[in-house]
Amino acid sequence: MTDQRPLLEVTDLVKHYAVRGGILRRRVGTVHAVDGVSFSVGKGETLGLVGESGCGKSTVARSVLRLVEPSSGAIKLNGTDITGLSKAEMRPHRRSMQIVFQDPFASLNPRMTAGDIVGEPLGVHGLAKGRAQQERVAELFAQVGLRADQMKNYPHQFSGGQRQRICIARALSLGPSLIVCDEPVSALDVSIQAQVINLLIDLQRKNDFSYLFIAHDLAVVAHISHRVAVMYLGRIVEIAEKSELFANPRHPYTQALLASVPIADPKAKRLAPMVDGDVPSPINPPSGCAFHTRCRYAMDRCKLERPALVEAGEGHQVACWLNDGTGRAE
Amino acid sequence: MTETRTEDTVLDVKNLQTVFFTNSGLFRAVDDVSFSVRRGETLAIVGESGCGKSVTALSVMRLVPDPPGRVVGGSVTLEGTDLLGLDEAEMRNIRGNRISMIFQEPMTSLNPVMRIGDQITEVLRLHREMTSKETWAKAVEMLRLVRIPEPERRAQEYPHQLSGGMRQRAMIAMALACRPALLIADEPTTALDVTIQAQILALIVDLQKTLGTGLILITHDLGVVAQTAQRVIVMYAGKKVEEATVEDLFENPRHPYTRGLMASMPAVISFGAKTDARLTEIPGMVPSLTNLPPGCAFAPRCSLAVDRCRAEYPPLQETGGDHFAACWRATEMVAAP
Repeated sequence: MTDQRPLLEVTDLVKHYAVRGGILRRRVGTVHAVDGVSFSVGKGETLGLVGESGCGKSTVARSVLRLVEPSSGAIKLNGTDITGLSKAEMRPHRRSMQIVFQDPFASLNPRMTAGDIVGEPLGVHGLAKGRAQQERVAELFAQVGLRADQMKNYPHQFSGGQRQRICIARALSLGPSLIVCDEPVSALDVSIQAQVINLLIDLQRKNDFSYLFIAHDLAVVAHISHRVAVMYLGRIVEIAEKSELFANPRHPYTQALLASVPIADPKAKRLAPMVDGDVPSPINPPSGCAFHTRCRYAMDRCKLERPALVEAGEGHQVACWLNDGTGRAE
Repeated sequence: MTETRTEDTVLDVKNLQTVFFTNSGLFRAVDDVSFSVRRGETLAIVGESGCGKSVTALSVMRLVPDPPGRVVGGSVTLEGTDLLGLDEAEMRNIRGNRISMIFQEPMTSLNPVMRIGDQITEVLRLHREMTSKETWAKAVEMLRLVRIPEPERRAQEYPHQLSGGMRQRAMIAMALACRPALLIADEPTTALDVTIQAQILALIVDLQKTLGTGLILITHDLGVVAQTAQRVIVMYAGKKVEEATVEDLFENPRHPYTRGLMASMPAVISFGAKTDARLTEIPGMVPSLTNLPPGCAFAPRCSLAVDRCRAEYPPLQETGGDHFAACWRATEMVAAP
């Protein structure tokens, strides 16, 4: 699956937001939303990005598309660094990266017909007009499992699952090489979730594009991804091939996350929370390893020094002092 | 099921019917649903959005907005009292006292301009004759019970100063302050992160065991069901389609909808599974309640549907061992793998 040269390469991405207060709106603090994240996505590969709310996974997604400006770091798409490009220079690259958002109710214009929504990118990029555009849209509708006669309907006439299909069709319209999916199935019912996940998998098989798939639901990520990165408070703590990560989680946070997922099997009763307390605030993240406040294995070193993401096996990287050649968390 | 009401039964719901009158016609949000909850027992109600699970809970609480909704039939008996026959003042005396409810989003159910401690004492002041000093002490004790660190300080704080998990703990403290006989939790962890969800679920189950409260847990997550409930009701389009003990349900689901739900859930533990293995999907979508098909509401999406399914609604029948399913072909499913 992984190509010689990755499609997307993110190096040391940082995004800080200023917290302002007082009448003068002076900077009183910094939200460390993303704090030095590096990863790559190969051609035709799906990288899953998991983490709890506030861990910075959506900020990563938006930075990759330059919907938010990163504070520092480099984002390379097909070998081109897109971080410094102007809006006009960015435009041709926008065709190759698209996004599907979580809430299909909020991301579709209620006053446009479904056909116009899907056709708009074609018009904007001057790819198809009039009849040709209509035909292309009809094709896209068929690809995502909608009927061509639904093109004249408005978003409110569709169900949640169908709306997400419209969003996917819109993302497909420009023939992208990367689709960022930001919690694409979280707002959907279980039975509909499966339909959309299957659709995403089928489309990838046909078109060979890559997904950066962001979700908080481990099961969904486990299902669709080839590789998975786990984020905690703005940093990647572990990244590995999917089967390796789930069979052999090395970071205590990944272990806790996996142990927290309720298993749909009453015989596997094991509702024992592995971590106490809440995620600390990204405004004032803990020193050293950000997880040390909740980690059952925390040592003195964890409070002082921040562990780097290091190789812990083939394609398996972990940022934890326990894995620094000295041993591992069991 | 509901036939044998024992001493232990806290809540007994029989043939509950709740309808909504809307511009596009009348729809039956809850259609002939019966169940009972015993002391210390957890009953899970599972289903997708719009299946009537929340309206069932609101009907028990007598909180269905009228208009447009109304409970038009059935009985709801809590500790021997028929709740549907009470007037509003009597009902208010029951809510928060004998039955409590916690909701999905703790931020919208807490009063943002009242201190956490005051919100808990409010319940006690309404239902118990206690001095304000006693109620405050009790509020702090409740916060300690739900394992909020530094409860004395937290009681003085406002909801926005608490994290999502803490707020849900505060809600639980409030709900349990009067030691109700029944607690209804409507998607209590859906808005929370997975590690916090595990903490809250463990807390609810723990407290329920110590206090002997009956619990109705409403959720769409079969994982949560498997880990917490003793008995399960599956609802679809306003009707109860299956009821069984949790072990029996997961081992041998009889209704095709329950089977579909289980198959469509991606499992975390899929080490051996191929990356791009497809999930089993349930085709189509949940039907609109205003426009239900004549027979079984699930028939249009069911791969096993026969002509009879499309013509007549299947009655709920026992398929052996306290396991009920509303499906014409349920008995065939017993043998099927």
